[in-house]
Amino acid sequence: MNSNREELRIGFYVCHCGHNIAATVDCAEVARYVGTLPHVALSREYKYMCSDPGQELIQQDIREHKLNRVVVASCSPLLHEHTFRGATEAGGLNPFYFHMVNIREHNSWVHTDRKEATEKAKALAQAAIERVAHHKALEVKRVKIHADVLVVGGGIAGIHAAMTMANAGKKVYLVEREPTIGGHMAKFDKTFPTLDCAACILTPKMSEVGNHPNITLWTYSEVTKVDGYVGNYKVTVKHKPRYIVEDACVGCMECIDACVYKTPKFEDEFNEGLGKRKPVFIPFPQATPQVVIIDPETCLNLKTGKCKKTCVEACADRMAIDFTQQETFDEIEVGTMIVATGFKTFDAKRVPAYGYGVYPNVYTALEVERLVNASGPTGGEVITRDGRHPKSIGIIHCVGSRDKKTNVWCSRVCCMYSMKLALLLKEHTGAEIYNFYIDIRTPGKGYEEFYNKLLDEGVHFIRGRVGEVTDWAMTPEEEGKLTIRVEDTLAGYVRRIPVDMVVLATGLEPQQDAQDVRRLFNLSCGGEGWFLERHPKLAPVSTFTDGIFIAGGCQGPRDIPDTVAQAGAAAAECLALIDKGYVEQEPNTAFVLAEECSGCKSCIPLCPYTAIAFDESSKVAVINEALCKGCGTCVASCPSGSIVQNLFEDDEVFSEIKGVLAYD
Amino acid sequence: MKYSYFPGCSLKGLGRAYEESLLPVMKHLGVDLQELDDWNCCGATAYMSVDEAKACVLASRNLALAERDGNHPILAPCSACYLVLNKTKHYLHQYPKMKATVDRALNAVGMKCEKDVPVRHPLDVLINDIGLDAIKMKVTKPLQGLKVAPYYGCQIVRPYATFDDQANPTTMDRLLEALGATVIRWPLKTKCCGGSLTGTIPEAGIRMVYILLNEAKKRGADCLATVCPLCQFNLDGYHSAVRRQYGDVLLPTVYFSQLMGLAFGLPDRDLALNRAAIPFRWRPSSPPPAPAKPPAAKSVAA
Amino acid sequence: MTKDWKPRIVAFFCNWCTYTAADLAGVSRLKYASNVRVIRLMCSGRVDPQFILEALTHGADGVLIGGCHPFDCHYVEGNYKMLRRFQLLKRLLADMGIEDQRVRLEWISAAEGDKVKRVINDLTQQIQALGPLGFPSKVADWDREMTELEHHVTATAAGVCACGESEMAAAKPEVAHV
Repeated sequence: MNSNREELRIGFYVCHCGHNIAATVDCAEVARYVGTLPHVALSREYKYMCSDPGQELIQQDIREHKLNRVVVASCSPLLHEHTFRGATEAGGLNPFYFHMVNIREHNSWVHTDRKEATEKAKALAQAAIERVAHHKALEVKRVKIHADVLVVGGGIAGIHAAMTMANAGKKVYLVEREPTIGGHMAKFDKTFPTLDCAACILTPKMSEVGNHPNITLWTYSEVTKVDGYVGNYKVTVKHKPRYIVEDACVGCMECIDACVYKTPKFEDEFNEGLGKRKPVFIPFPQATPQVVIIDPETCLNLKTGKCKKTCVEACADRMAIDFTQQETFDEIEVGTMIVATGFKTFDAKRVPAYGYGVYPNVYTALEVERLVNASGPTGGEVITRDGRHPKSIGIIHCVGSRDKKTNVWCSRVCCMYSMKLALLLKEHTGAEIYNFYIDIRTPGKGYEEFYNKLLDEGVHFIRGRVGEVTDWAMTPEEEGKLTIRVEDTLAGYVRRIPVDMVVLATGLEPQQDAQDVRRLFNLSCGGEGWFLERHPKLAPVSTFTDGIFIAGGCQGPRDIPDTVAQAGAAAAECLALIDKGYVEQEPNTAFVLAEECSGCKSCIPLCPYTAIAFDESSKVAVINEALCKGCGTCVASCPSGSIVQNLFEDDEVFSEIKGVLAYD
Repeated sequence: MKYSYFPGCSLKGLGRAYEESLLPVMKHLGVDLQELDDWNCCGATAYMSVDEAKACVLASRNLALAERDGNHPILAPCSACYLVLNKTKHYLHQYPKMKATVDRALNAVGMKCEKDVPVRHPLDVLINDIGLDAIKMKVTKPLQGLKVAPYYGCQIVRPYATFDDQANPTTMDRLLEALGATVIRWPLKTKCCGGSLTGTIPEAGIRMVYILLNEAKKRGADCLATVCPLCQFNLDGYHSAVRRQYGDVLLPTVYFSQLMGLAFGLPDRDLALNRAAIPFRWRPSSPPPAPAKPPAAKSVAA
Repeated sequence: MTKDWKPRIVAFFCNWCTYTAADLAGVSRLKYASNVRVIRLMCSGRVDPQFILEALTHGADGVLIGGCHPFDCHYVEGNYKMLRRFQLLKRLLADMGIEDQRVRLEWISAAEGDKVKRVINDLTQQIQALGPLGFPSKVADWDREMTELEHHVTATAAGVCACGESEMAAAKPEVAHV
């Protein structure tokens, strides 16, 4: 359709969005005003333009009133541009003859004065009317989707997502930076509210991942580079040397027994430093892969070169130990990715009043998970750092959560895991357990019931934020104990409660290197550092980068059921893209008008995607459309104005500028 | 770096030992202290609670004097002065009405307070401007074997924790360690010393004094080190009252500056150690324990 | 300047960070001055200095450009390229007698809805204090001068006199075609 020769017939629609827009913007007035503008064939207001009847209205008008341009003033184009382009196309027009005006997020929701908001809506609408006149019919570009998927992070989110897709027949790369998959969940003893054992649920899944023919599992590896775009990502993965030939190691652990260090001597990371390990070790019995690792920081041979290498002897002709291992790199091609890089727990030392790191009997919750765990450093016996069996235990909630001095957010899982630990500690020790809480938050299936169960079991709940944990004894009963000082806000006085052991329910935080990961994958972060979803309700696992999805604790604090649900959702999003086989790309790429290009080459170094080349025969710049991502930087920089960006042509933007200013 | 030294009333009266030890120590470190000419009451305690505006006017006159005399940071060793001067600055920033009142008052005598003079505590200056390395260089008689309970009191960390952690300050700990002393870890570093309660509700005040002395002693301290004239007065001056009520907990309380002077090898008479009610008799053993072998070899050669 | 004069500000927001932040401000129901008209571009790197001049020429009293924070650009470094261009443009604007505060570049990430509010309110207040720019009438003046000069040049070229004025005229047209 060649619209340039045709008379322009623009259809304009202003949406009430129920009261969302209509309460602040006089929609009737906007429709009336736009109706007076040149080339506007029809101007309507409607309650919900995005509804079926609203879309139907556009289609019908295109046919009956021979519209050749459509403008809708409603919400943000990031939300419904796609919808209305669809309606325009269904009406028989090229979808790019449509333009959208944002009078909700940018207008009715942020202004209170009805007159001002209405004026602004008119100005924005007028700009769109003037702009749309310059729109051209464009073709959507289809890009093929590579069927392989990359999952980053081998916690429960990554494991579940990888399994889901692998079971659907897709080839999955699972990259984990630690020596084993399992993440935080592998450290837990039981899970709330059902109290089923974490290992019993997780470890079968872990070994399934390790053995799945469709999953390439790379542990002790990190993604270092991401190139490309949806459907065609090129990813570089670095494998850190574990000084063990993974294929040769059978997990017999004879090398561990044979190590020159006869007893474990070094802080065991998996047990949160509560236990010891040797320089050659396996993080925990069910680690996946079942392969040992040598820590170069503590291994005598790697540190000094002077060691009898009894481990190598023990390994004998399996020859799985290789002290010469170096970093290696793999480059893979995938179409979609799931980032499930998890969270870290709050550093309790940041609240010095609670004495973590000062008093040995102050623990973090994660440490207690290991302490009550049958495969933990004490075999499940709750014995404090100074060797006693606690008779009374205080659990302090909201450490590093809901606190302006540290983190303002609620970490969501602490109330429940605190109560779980309360129950486990009670079972293990018979001690009196005190929970110090601000509010108990139990929004989950069976969670409130779990709380009630604890109340029935006689666990104490004291409402108040703890002021301090101190070893200063005011009374003989406090002698030799840790005293928790708290204002009991229900009883209305300050209490001192002496206990043998304090558990700090530390909150959840974004990973230390969340910002680096964000940049690597071109994600966005909220102010707190959690990865930002595209839309909290409509696209909760999508990101602003097509083909990259997020799941689990990297997006915000969440418990295991929610994490798994989200991982499933992210896997489904990937599968949907892969099975569709292609993705439609916004045709906002740039091209060079060869006859006007002077061949100055100033655009060439500006393109971050090396999409611009110089054609020696014709002496002009040429843009490779497949590589162009449509930022428009070259367009703005071309001295002769000979580069054009589809959808953002100079004429289109200039007319929009004039349009917003035409109205006084 | 130059500082305008603001002694306040305490350092010229009850807390004389603080001034008498701090000035030689600072001089020894090469710090240029110029006592603020014509300084007046900082406006602390009673004044602040009776009439905040008048207290602020008083305090800001001192700020204005510092501004006039070259705008060097004010060094305020007394905790109360340090707090009130900082509080006044905070009020002048935060409350335009207060600022207007103060401006009017200062205007009447041809002064102004506009330049936001920093108000610094000696611990802040020692740690952050001079640095522990420079201080260690000056130590000639390390306080080896002396067990000190560092006691910060309330006013230098609450509500304005400008140079140290509010809940667990460590600047004095680090300073004392640099002097060679053993620092006692205890949780009552910033707990109330009884303040002016010793004068108004003695039973409450004395109890607080007892708690601090008793706990420090229980943990093996040879003395308490303080930064505040009122704390020093309370912890030093009420031993007989404490004894009557709770039994004997004799423990000397000294200023950190006195300990610095000892470690620097300054003569006793420069450190006003005789001014305390509970005498502090411990002295570092002169010359520092040198490595055994080389001197021995020397003597053989001789 | 009439008493109820309200500044008109044109904003160019990048799709990924600042436009999304403005959406977030809306979703969070933050309230700010209604003087800004936002034009969405894919990247702040697309902001051609001509867009800014065009806006001022057509009656804008101020221009706001919003892009991603340094190192956060969706297109790697479009924001940085805009910054380079912006520095040059600032000099040109100063030469034209346009106050520095009228044209502003801000980095606003997708999470900073409150910054959108703050920046818009702040800029509106600043420009309100500066008063109308009145650039269209200035441009009209320059154009008129130009026409006269051209006329004059044509006349002198016809052979009356060849003094310095003709050189001036030769240099001027570049300026007038803003």
